[in-house]
Amino acid sequence: MNAPAAESAPHAAGIWRDALRRLRRSRAALAAVTAITLLVALALLGPHLNPNRYDSIDWSCIAMPPGLEHAHWWGTDPLGRDLFVRTLLGTRISLAVGLLATLVSLFVGIVYGAVAGYAGGSVDHLMMRVIEILSGLPLIFFVILLTVVFGRSEYLLFAAIGAIGWLTMARIVRGQAMAIREREFVEAAAAAGASPVRILFRHVVPNVIGPVVVYATLTVPQIILFESFLSFLGLGIQEPQASLGTLIASGASEMESAPWMLLIPSAVLAILLISFHVLGDALRDALDVGDL
Amino acid sequence: MIRYLLVRLLGALPTLLAIVTISFFLIRFAPGGPFDQARALPADVVANLNAAYGLDRPLWQQYTTYLRHLAHGDFGPSFRYKDFSVTELIREGFPVSATLGAIAIAIALVVGVGVGVVAALHRGRWIDHATIGLSVVAIAVPSFVLLPALGLLFGIELHWLPVAGWDPTSIRDYVLPVVTLCLPPLAYIARLTRASMIEVMRSAYVRTAFAKGLPLRTIVLKHALRPALIPVASYLAPAVAMTMTGSLVVETIAGLPGIGRYLVQGALNRDYTLVLGMVIVYSTLLISMGLVVDVLIAALDPRVRLEA
Repeated sequence: MNAPAAESAPHAAGIWRDALRRLRRSRAALAAVTAITLLVALALLGPHLNPNRYDSIDWSCIAMPPGLEHAHWWGTDPLGRDLFVRTLLGTRISLAVGLLATLVSLFVGIVYGAVAGYAGGSVDHLMMRVIEILSGLPLIFFVILLTVVFGRSEYLLFAAIGAIGWLTMARIVRGQAMAIREREFVEAAAAAGASPVRILFRHVVPNVIGPVVVYATLTVPQIILFESFLSFLGLGIQEPQASLGTLIASGASEMESAPWMLLIPSAVLAILLISFHVLGDALRDALDVGDL
Repeated sequence: MIRYLLVRLLGALPTLLAIVTISFFLIRFAPGGPFDQARALPADVVANLNAAYGLDRPLWQQYTTYLRHLAHGDFGPSFRYKDFSVTELIREGFPVSATLGAIAIAIALVVGVGVGVVAALHRGRWIDHATIGLSVVAIAVPSFVLLPALGLLFGIELHWLPVAGWDPTSIRDYVLPVVTLCLPPLAYIARLTRASMIEVMRSAYVRTAFAKGLPLRTIVLKHALRPALIPVASYLAPAVAMTMTGSLVVETIAGLPGIGRYLVQGALNRDYTLVLGMVIVYSTLLISMGLVVDVLIAALDPRVRLEA
């Protein structure tokens, strides 16, 4: 029973070792990983290094420019709230939304795509029709409607955004599953009496991990962008909580009098998004999965 | 061909009906109503308003009434924009949004394909690296950062272009919104074209064309470009969706009289008919884009036949 898995295991490990080696050689990928690690560390630890709280108001420092001579290193907003703490907590929320929603879309997409691709025939046809119809819908509007219906619960926001992301993932996984279904080790597993469910999750799913990892890396920035977009429109994270999107929105309205309110969160968001994109591209080259 | 189009268009009707139905009940289950105000209205006023708009009848009756009016091309009255019907709001705003979106997508297509081809032909050189690098930036920087930043630079610092305001006859008013809208799809199209062009230039028939001694320009334009454009064609529908999403932000920030702002406002105000009208307009647009994409791919790829 374990023979087919053992047969593919060294091969798979080889792919990952090669990929890691190629990834380490890419300077862009190293820079991206460094930037993401630093931002994550800063988002987790930073707020504890500063005496201010995200919602405390400092009446003596209203709309203070950034500087190290006072306690508000990245300045304050017109309400006197510290932007260092607010930006980093916003980064934390944006990252959490990005990762959680990506996990939701990964789970749904992998299961749906693997079942469609492995089942084939009329089941596959029907499941792909559903995806076709869903991808024809303006899903952003459904998310907007959902956020209105369910109120502003952050967790529902994660789920709603994740529910958008799975369509492409399912398509990718299906394509891979169809190819893997024809391989000898799957046939061998079936001949050894493995059930379809076992074949699906032991043999098919592990072999689609490459493209899935690449696409997941590219999904995280998409979702962070989407969350900040919703927050910008006033549908996402609510005051006094902050996400990068809400900070940029309030910064955009103060852009002439307090440009740092726009520049600092925009820079953090841009660095985060660019790093994830660069990492995804580098992973795609390293794992050699072709265009997604 | 005509038969194919007819069958596809008929097939889109159930999809559209499903979308309308889901949206209708979804927005009605949202807490609150269209007549909520900061200072609550007297109960009998609300009751009269509800009666006037037919909101006092059972939900399924309102649904069938809405569908009947819709079949006659009537989107109903707006709840918040008093004295305006949703049809009037759409008729006024749609040309603005459609013009902006069409210009943005046209520019994204032409420039994106051009940049992608040039990058593919110079693979590994600085122009290729610059294309890849800049495209990541263009995709990653959100429109609500880009537009204020461009406004700060070209409007407030340099005084070259207006920051906000709208005069449909002035080209200068179009520049910043169009640039903001077209950059992300442009970057995607450039990357898609580059990748598929590199693929096509490696193929046997392109090598044959080189062996025959054809000039590079002929090979690229006559032989390589057409198959290389297939992934770009299938990207057109997502590009339109992306431009719609962008227009929500761009029209809000730049204060343009398009329909982009109606959806969010309508949803927040519980302006039921306005939200449904917007969902119908955008869904119809997306579904027809899907059809356009399939026809385009059949035109580009001789292996694909349109079968109803």
